[in-house]
Amino acid sequence: KMDKFRMIFQFLQSNQESFMNGICGIMALASAQMYSAFDFNCPCLPSYNLAYGLGILLAPPLVLFLLGFVMNNNVSMLAEEWRRPTGMRQKDPAVLRYMFCSMAQRAMIAPAVWISVTLLDGKCFMCAFSTTVPVEKLGNRSYTGLSEKEMRRILARIPCKEIYNGQELVAREVAVRYLRCISQALGWSFVLLMTMLAFLVRALRPCFTQAAFLKSKYWSHYIDIERKLFDETCTEHAKTFAKVCIQQFFEATNKDMGLGHSHSPEKAPSDAGEEKEKLLGITDQGTMNKLLRSWHKCKPPLCLQQEGLQNGNSSNRHHSHLSLPRKEMVTYYSKV
Amino acid sequence: MDRFRMIFQYFQSNSESVMNGICGLLALASVKMYTSFDFNCPCLPKYNMVYGLGIMFLPPMALFLCGLILNRQSLVMLEEWKRPTGGRKKDLAIIRYMCSSIMQRAMIAPIIWIIVTLLDGKCFICAFSSSIDPEKFVGFANATPAQTQLLLSKVPCKDDELMKNHPARKAISRYLRCWSQALGWSILLILIMVAFLARALRPCFNQAAFLQTRYWSNYIDIEQKIFEETCCEHARDFAHKCILHFFESMQKEIQLRRFNAPREAEAGEGEEDHLRGITDREQMNKLLKSWYYHKPPLDVSQATQ
Repeated sequence: KMDKFRMIFQFLQSNQESFMNGICGIMALASAQMYSAFDFNCPCLPSYNLAYGLGILLAPPLVLFLLGFVMNNNVSMLAEEWRRPTGMRQKDPAVLRYMFCSMAQRAMIAPAVWISVTLLDGKCFMCAFSTTVPVEKLGNRSYTGLSEKEMRRILARIPCKEIYNGQELVAREVAVRYLRCISQALGWSFVLLMTMLAFLVRALRPCFTQAAFLKSKYWSHYIDIERKLFDETCTEHAKTFAKVCIQQFFEATNKDMGLGHSHSPEKAPSDAGEEKEKLLGITDQGTMNKLLRSWHKCKPPLCLQQEGLQNGNSSNRHHSHLSLPRKEMVTYYSKV
Repeated sequence: MDRFRMIFQYFQSNSESVMNGICGLLALASVKMYTSFDFNCPCLPKYNMVYGLGIMFLPPMALFLCGLILNRQSLVMLEEWKRPTGGRKKDLAIIRYMCSSIMQRAMIAPIIWIIVTLLDGKCFICAFSSSIDPEKFVGFANATPAQTQLLLSKVPCKDDELMKNHPARKAISRYLRCWSQALGWSILLILIMVAFLARALRPCFNQAAFLQTRYWSNYIDIEQKIFEETCCEHARDFAHKCILHFFESMQKEIQLRRFNAPREAEAGEGEEDHLRGITDREQMNKLLKSWYYHKPPLDVSQATQ
């Protein structure tokens, strides 16, 4: 049985990285899909444009970044390791740094995809910076001596095709092309920058800190595995605890009803004996009702009697009256 | 163990296939990116060239770096290059072999982008429309140089009022597109010929040395994978022993506090084994609290005695 666990653990461990990469890729695709499904709606007013455009450019990436952390189930492990009291085991800051860095790298991918797609599409940039179009270059600045404010108001309407009324000031298509060109150039530069950063981070590591890296990687995997194994052990323990507790409850009810004679000490090999054991001495309606009522009204304490454990099941009846005083003493101490 | 053997063999034989698969995916992604990208020539005198050449060369650089990052073997090669010599000498031929195979795979997606860009033509037209010779086309006879430049830079934009009905616009577009496609097909043909020659002529030169370097580069890759697997196995066994040791030490502590030592020595199979001496709520709470506040040291030497 342990072999099966071993194989499953090994599979999960070697695929932990692939699993996290998969989630990362899904979030990147989701981010691109979210952008195309989002109905961009520029306000076309002088002071609102910049706020709206920059908000759409920067707020969703922040949300996606935090979401990337939330969806990573190693975050709780990192927090636990960070906050635990030292106890008998020293804390290693290098391990914490490694765990945090690997999580942050994965969480950064979806926001980077959003920002790239936004810039390459151009609507957002156009909305945010339409009032900063260089009219001298693209149109006729000397048009009817407009005041600054009036010109800004006209320029702010560039993103909205239906209400644009400054065709003589600067042709809308020219301004749109100009803004989109700059937005796309920024977008591709951003993509190249991110890829270069990622490449440097990957390539420089073996040159500088390989030994420390191997150490941190091993111990961070160890912490993960230890936590999982501890949970497994506790679950096993809880199962056995519950089983014995319930068995002892049935026996106790049995005893209270004074039906301690229903068992034969030897295990009968036949089927009838097995069934008799499974019945645990409760063989009529009244007793069963009493047992069920007692289970609800008066649950047994979370304390297993020692002599019930010695042989694993309840066939050891004839020792029970000898061990009664001991049972009481054990109960007393556990309350203290 | 048999299953592990099968998994290992799978990894070994498919390391190359996995890398080829990633390479193919990147190539497809590159084509998809180009078709979904909304090309937007600025149609302004100095901006055209910068924009056009930028679109032609920036994405390929990003794709190349992506190809290097996604390839696991580049890390292996870097580690092998930078490691201290220790007890094992370094063989530069292996590093060169790995480097060249990585570069070849990483170059495929950028080349596909450049070829698709050239065959499509928009980018080339945008970049070079201001650099053609206006004498070859009608309609530029009585325009000043500045005006000519302005008009030429508007050629890529079909809807621009200045150039919409100009007689030479379509001619210039066709001319530039023809050049662009010729360049694209030539590059494609040259690259395919180079690849073919490289493949076909390799067995003629130094086949024995090639077999050696290929074997040892595979070996380094597999050795690293198996080292990681062994570390995982070890971590799991270590954790297992550490936890058992912890439960036992809790058990001993509880025993010391009891006046009447129950017959622990008779612990048999079955539930006693799983309960490990923890048999009531307070003991369990104490164990869980101790697990958090006083984690055991990373030292299982007593447990293995």
